[in-house]
Amino acid sequence: MNSLAGCCKKDFSTLKVKIYGKRLVYLDSAATSLKPESVIESITDFYRNHNANIHRGVYLLSQEATQLYEKTRSKLKKFFNTPEEGEIIYTSGTTGAVNLVASSWGRTNLGEGDVIVLSEMEHHSNLVPWQIVAREKGAELAYIPVTDSGELDLEEYKRIFKNHSVKIVAVNHISNVLGTLNPVEEIVRQAHMYGALVLIDGAQSAPHIPVDISRMDPDFYTVSGHKMLGPTGTGFLYGRRGILKSMPPYQSGGDMIEEVSLENATWNELPYKFEAGTQNIAGFVGLGAAVDYLSRMGMDRVRKHGEELSVKAREKLSSIKGMKFYGPEKGSPGGVLSFNIEGAHPHDIGTILDSEGIAVRTGHHCAQPLMKRLSVPATARASFYIYNDEQDIESLYSGIHKAVEVLKLGVK
Amino acid sequence: MELSELYREVILTHATHPHHYGEIENPDKKAHGSNPLCGDSFDIEIKMDGDKISEISFIGAGCSISKASASMMTEMARGKTVKEFYDLLDKMEKLVRGELAEKDAEELGDLAALAGVSAFPVRVKCAILPWKTLKNAVEDDD
Ligand SMILES: Cc1ncc(COP(=O)(O)O)c(C=O)c1O
Repeated sequence: MNSLAGCCKKDFSTLKVKIYGKRLVYLDSAATSLKPESVIESITDFYRNHNANIHRGVYLLSQEATQLYEKTRSKLKKFFNTPEEGEIIYTSGTTGAVNLVASSWGRTNLGEGDVIVLSEMEHHSNLVPWQIVAREKGAELAYIPVTDSGELDLEEYKRIFKNHSVKIVAVNHISNVLGTLNPVEEIVRQAHMYGALVLIDGAQSAPHIPVDISRMDPDFYTVSGHKMLGPTGTGFLYGRRGILKSMPPYQSGGDMIEEVSLENATWNELPYKFEAGTQNIAGFVGLGAAVDYLSRMGMDRVRKHGEELSVKAREKLSSIKGMKFYGPEKGSPGGVLSFNIEGAHPHDIGTILDSEGIAVRTGHHCAQPLMKRLSVPATARASFYIYNDEQDIESLYSGIHKAVEVLKLGVK
Repeated sequence: MELSELYREVILTHATHPHHYGEIENPDKKAHGSNPLCGDSFDIEIKMDGDKISEISFIGAGCSISKASASMMTEMARGKTVKEFYDLLDKMEKLVRGELAEKDAEELGDLAALAGVSAFPVRVKCAILPWKTLKNAVEDDD
């Protein structure tokens, strides 16, 4: 299984950085992935050789910049198999995408008593925008419960439709805390049966598993480019054309208009209606290089690698006294493993792991309602990606042993 | 980076066996403090005798640094006037930022063990959280 990491570690310069003189063991890709040389190169190449604003210049350089920026859209269309390029709206990430939908679609389509269905395992970015629009429009929120094994309770989900007027369902594809892969096809089918729309937060799935948007058939799908090898500040919203067309602009200004008079304006066609102002042009050029990289690797291999590492890590760490895992036993296609050690606060574990060069995330992972459901203030989370290998699991294992020693756990 | 400087024996002892952990009956003032990033969260209750903090207790969940800091704080703050507490708070903030002269640190007793935090900038807020919460409790006027 090391074939994947073995062949690509060299592409990630960050892995050569020394942390307190030690090898960096980067286990926080669920927050943001490292970037391969080809992505970094494409950004510097853009600024060095093609820098111009897009869609506006009649001159060659501007046309080149526009082409590079738009080429990423066609790569994304192919990679995620969306019906049309115009349905891909560039955003800063999943947060930007959900806010766009909650604000533009939500404000126009939600009213008194309408119900927005979320789950107990949502990231704050797929929670707070809905709370805000619900409060504003008098809509209600209903939650799909999380079972003790860390999965969505689909029976309860289906029950919600029986006595509520559900307008939209917004759930994540893979949980950033539990690593659970949610049955989104079934979730979509159920909602569509009742005429409700579905938004899938793909922040953790897009980097890890093959995603076929046409087959999944959600109304919206959100992606964070920076978690899938792309630059920070990139991502996109997929939306069904008919729905996007009916939605009012989210931000307004330059580039999103068709015609402007002193009193009025008409909107540009999709996707530009939703891309106001000068965009993160170099960033999206870089995202194109990231898509190329993942395409060459093959998402089936990527998935298998992350899943295997999460399973192996769980096996290895389970021998540590007081270890408790959160999330499905069978491992995570998202390469996520959340844990706690009895008697230790994850923050202390994080600091001690850091002293060994091991980067893990500790805290509530922007999912406070889920922490409450799990009855913990916080967890430690290791997340694995293509450049991690079994040696990283060994390092994590020794690092945790060190933490147990420093914190004198079991000495009490 | 010296982990043994951060996780000194006194700190681990206070963290695992915190002093004045619990609630007091009919507190005069109280405050809740939390650190949204790491999920640390404390409730502090006090009784006042004129200008003096006569009783103090805390409950909450947090890392060993924040818990030890809270425990040591309850020891130090009990019996102090509000003005004395503010002086102490000032010294404490300097201590964990590495700005306190050594001779001033000596006066702080057990608390001086928190000096090690200054080498770990992201942990400074853990050490300070209980103190900020007590300050809010002292200033609580309903
Ligand atoms: C499941 C999930 N949703 C949403 C987000 C937010 O993504 P971004 O920070 O790219 O907007 C994240 C990542 O932080 C996530 O893991």
